[in-house]
Amino acid sequence: MFQRIEMRLSGSGGQGVILAAIIFADAAIEYGLNAIQTQSYGPEARGGASKSEVIISKDEIKYPKVINCNILLALTQKSYDKYVATLDKNGILVVDKSVNVNEDVSYKVYKIPIIETAKNKIGTHMVANIVSVGALYALLEDGVIDMKAIKKSISERVPPGTIDKNISAFEEGIKLIKG
Amino acid sequence: MSNKEYKLLQGNEACVEGAIAAGMRFFAGYPITPSTEIAELSAQKLPKYGGKFIQMEDELSSMAAIIGASLTGIKSMTATSGPGFSLMQENLGYACITEVPCVVANVQRGGPSTGLPTSPAQGDVMQAKWGTHGDHPVIALTPNSVQETYEITITAFNLAEKYRTPVILLMDETVGHMREKLILKDPSEIKVINRKKPTCKPEDYVAYRADEDLIPPMASFGEGYRYHVTGLTHDETGFPTNNNEISGKLIERLNNKVEKNIGEMSYYEEYELEDAEIVIVAFGGVSRSAKSAIDEMRRNGKKVGLFRPITIWPILEKQINKISEKSKEIYVAEMNLGQYFLEVDRIAGKKCPVNKICKVTGELITPNEIINAIYGGK
Repeated sequence: MFQRIEMRLSGSGGQGVILAAIIFADAAIEYGLNAIQTQSYGPEARGGASKSEVIISKDEIKYPKVINCNILLALTQKSYDKYVATLDKNGILVVDKSVNVNEDVSYKVYKIPIIETAKNKIGTHMVANIVSVGALYALLEDGVIDMKAIKKSISERVPPGTIDKNISAFEEGIKLIKG
Repeated sequence: MSNKEYKLLQGNEACVEGAIAAGMRFFAGYPITPSTEIAELSAQKLPKYGGKFIQMEDELSSMAAIIGASLTGIKSMTATSGPGFSLMQENLGYACITEVPCVVANVQRGGPSTGLPTSPAQGDVMQAKWGTHGDHPVIALTPNSVQETYEITITAFNLAEKYRTPVILLMDETVGHMREKLILKDPSEIKVINRKKPTCKPEDYVAYRADEDLIPPMASFGEGYRYHVTGLTHDETGFPTNNNEISGKLIERLNNKVEKNIGEMSYYEEYELEDAEIVIVAFGGVSRSAKSAIDEMRRNGKKVGLFRPITIWPILEKQINKISEKSKEIYVAEMNLGQYFLEVDRIAGKKCPVNKICKVTGELITPNEIINAIYGGK
């Protein structure tokens, strides 16, 4: 049964991985769980490495950072290279298709066209983070966070006027995993 | 889930929620990472409460502006990080000697100088106490969660108002930037303290004549009570004096109004401390690492506990002394090279060994680093 999950979402500054983690934390507390979201980023507004973390737990969360990374998202080669070593050996790696990965590993690898889907299906690379939210959501155990909570969280956190696009991006993300 | 209002918020955002609940209606500041969200949210929210937000040209003027606003009777706050906190020191001393209530949030980042703008640190512990010159009272509080940031910000305003002195909210980037659940309190559950006002007629008002509690009633500018405000040592009227006896008494009163009331502002948490042989002293973000480390060590049968000062200044001498009498060993874990350690060692060092666990890489100390330090010592 679900007790605790630790996720690390990484990419380049401006790709929205911090917002993606906030959406998971928001949905988790909406669903009655404990959650904590942290981030680290450079002084740049765009570019540079950006990392965001979210821990969702049934128990109180003390140390706020990820120790045992169950799910790692890497949208860029740089972020994959930097963080892949921290992934739990039974964990799940989700990377954009553009990232070259080592496939001879014990964790599960999902190499999927996140950025391409955002561009081609939704019309802007800017929703790559929400496509990622969809893919990661599809990989969570059933019932960790319900669909209503996560959609509500997306709707409340994305800029007004972009809700429909972002919900579509989320659904496309789910399709990348579940087909 | 209760029906209370809750939100996923950053520590910085919770600070603003607490400040407004405590009655803050003026914010002046100059944005600086990792405190910027405090300014941003204050700018958004204050107009809705009839308050004012001003972005000043720098931190010197920000501190000056909140002193001026407070003199008119408005509860005021500024927020900054190390580089800006350095610039505020001069006027922080001015607020101490003129006894103007205000709250200064310092969300600590790596220093010295501009240091590591986006990374956590706790290197301003001693600056909070001694950053401004001269013997002066300091109240500094340090929260370790989003919920506590909300609650302790309210306390910071209450202490500032009650004791007529600036209160420093000494946060760190970890707590300022992390998001977790905040349960907002109903206004009826929140205790708000307002400064003591004069009851005499304006012509009888002697601005710096303290009552028995060492605190003079404070009139607001614009209400007809006229008085002089100066950073020079002054007599009861507020006008400068060189009289040695009056000067000495003023400085002693300023310090005593905090030191003699330490019991009224001693906030701390004890975790697994009852039977602890080893005590970790940690505050802010690091205290959360300490708790995780303690849970892990307790599972292995090690009797470890945590003493977490929320009140950093004045120093919790009585509580630290008590710990030193019960424990075999103390570890002070902090994101600096051992600033709070100096105080703990001064108080406890004669009774038990005091060690430090320090980190200045711009990363939060991990539970494993604490565990390794403690086991490494065996």
